Amino acid sequence: MSNATLTGSRGAAAALLARLKPIVWFFVTIALTFLGLLAITFVIGRVVPIDPVLAVVGDRAPKEVYDAARLKMGLDDPLIVQFARYVGDVVQGNLGKAVMTSNPVVQDLARVFPATLEMATLGIIIGVVIGVPLGVCAAARQGSVIDQIIRVIGLAGYAIPAFWLGLVGLVLFYAQLQWVGGPGRIDIFLDGLVTPHTGLLLVDSLIDGDMDSFKSAFAHIILPSTILGFFALAYIARMTRSFMLEQLGQEFITTARVKGAPEWVVIWRHAFRPIRVQLITVIGLSYAGLLEGSVMIETVFSWPGIGNYLTNALLNADMNAVLGATLVIGAVFICINKLSDALYLLLDPRARA
Amino acid sequence: MSSTRDWLLDETPATRLQAQLGQGYRTLRALLRNPLTVVGLVIIIALLLTAAFAPWIAPYNPIEGQLTARLLPPSAEHWMGTDELGRDIFSRVIYGARITLFIVLLVAVISAPLGLVIGAISGYFGGAVDRIMMGITDIFLSMPRLILALAFVAALGPGIENAVIAIAITAWPVYARLARAETLTVRKAEFIAAVRMQGASHGRIILRHILPLCMSSTIVRVTLDMAGIILTAAGLGFLGLGAQPPLPEWGAMISRGRAFILDQWWVATMPGFAIVIVSLGFCLFGDGLRDVLDPRQRSK
Repeated sequence: MSNATLTGSRGAAAALLARLKPIVWFFVTIALTFLGLLAITFVIGRVVPIDPVLAVVGDRAPKEVYDAARLKMGLDDPLIVQFARYVGDVVQGNLGKAVMTSNPVVQDLARVFPATLEMATLGIIIGVVIGVPLGVCAAARQGSVIDQIIRVIGLAGYAIPAFWLGLVGLVLFYAQLQWVGGPGRIDIFLDGLVTPHTGLLLVDSLIDGDMDSFKSAFAHIILPSTILGFFALAYIARMTRSFMLEQLGQEFITTARVKGAPEWVVIWRHAFRPIRVQLITVIGLSYAGLLEGSVMIETVFSWPGIGNYLTNALLNADMNAVLGATLVIGAVFICINKLSDALYLLLDPRARA
Repeated sequence: MSSTRDWLLDETPATRLQAQLGQGYRTLRALLRNPLTVVGLVIIIALLLTAAFAPWIAPYNPIEGQLTARLLPPSAEHWMGTDELGRDIFSRVIYGARITLFIVLLVAVISAPLGLVIGAISGYFGGAVDRIMMGITDIFLSMPRLILALAFVAALGPGIENAVIAIAITAWPVYARLARAETLTVRKAEFIAAVRMQGASHGRIILRHILPLCMSSTIVRVTLDMAGIILTAAGLGFLGLGAQPPLPEWGAMISRGRAFILDQWWVATMPGFAIVIVSLGFCLFGDGLRDVLDPRQRSK
């Protein structure tokens, strides 16, 4: 009897372990990926032809001063020690000082990040709201006009440079038609008037009930977000279409049709439901892609976000700022990727088996 | 003529050459059946010819302009107008084809073999080798490629060669994954066991017997990636990190045209059309190539 309970509890423990293992493994992978990202930025920081010691002591420093500074900066230590120190610094939120602004890089990044977040989020909303229904319609009527449109949009998403589309958009919708605001986040005479609660101008101006600022911010954000969203749309619509086609070819769809279910029920209730989980991964991936794409768009629209910050840092050869921004964008990118993986595993019972 | 075709389509080729030529001929015919693929092929051939014969096609010098003819709108003499130094934009776009081709080919030549070898070794040996190499590959795959390329160029310094290196460093993991997957399917095949028993070394098996089988899917993938490579290279040029002035690189040209975008729109927009057309060409041709060479990938 007691023997049986013993094996029973051991079995339960083993079962628990078996269930925990993928979760533990999942976090280990994330940790390793972050370590890999840190290793890459560390290596990039090492290969820079600019001597960090010279930057501190100046060109004409005597040999002794140079050597002392080098020792003090820990550059004589073995690489692995330097890397460990670097990781320690990053974990404590110390990314060094930006030469451009003479602020700590972390502080700069916290200031510029909301602008990017706002633009990318609006972009992904545009991409999902238009892209998903478009993809579903294209799959429902293969070969129709919508299907052809999706094809063209998909190709355009691959072949058109985002920065060029941004410039063309500025010429057309800002200079010629004057439908939207120009570069920047808000009209210049409203700049700095919105109290920062979240850093997202659209949200902040709504909290204060400041409709003038809201309208101005919206006029400025809509064009860059739409262009960014276009690339998400192209990808999301294409993927939705191919997922839907896969479902529509299956037997349960035929069954539903034979039972006499109306076509919209067949499409939205029977075919669309199973692909929602797959779509989450696709949307997650394109959201992460938008953060990356924002580097180009922000440069075109003088958008004061992390992409603009990164480009300025690049042009000024401000390595602390470059690596800090790379690290933050990379980390957010990895997080979104892994999060959509995790959601997929949680929501789709088939993937867990 | 028809006898040549019969020879190529012969069901029982007499020599290896005949069999290979026949295979190529059949692939070509299958490719030409799809009109969009033909469009893509025409664009790529046009790019090659433009790059090869640029001095004969371009009506003006791409580097030296006439300061009396600055910022002229498109006209019969200057098809795409002139830029702020009086250089003919059409001539610059023509010469830019050389730079684009140079970047694209070099990236493909560096990253595809690198990825292939890493993937094949990883798949062939399996075990710890596989786990470590694919771990590294996965880390690279889960990073944002453009940002990584930017950071590498920042470290190496701006310039066309460094841009190529940076793009190649971020491009190889895709090919490694691909080659590993292909290798896994043939690793246990009997012909591999047979050559091993004949005493072939691991290197020989990988190079002569496994890699050739990965070629067709890799060629498809590389062609499809070309558009992305062109866009990334143009993006680096646009940010001032790629080809440096006065080189007529398309992205850099767009970047210079930005200053006059509201009044002289043609300076920035014209090179963009070249980028779009060439990328589109590689996309269309890649799609057709995939349908013919690698039908399994079609659904993706």
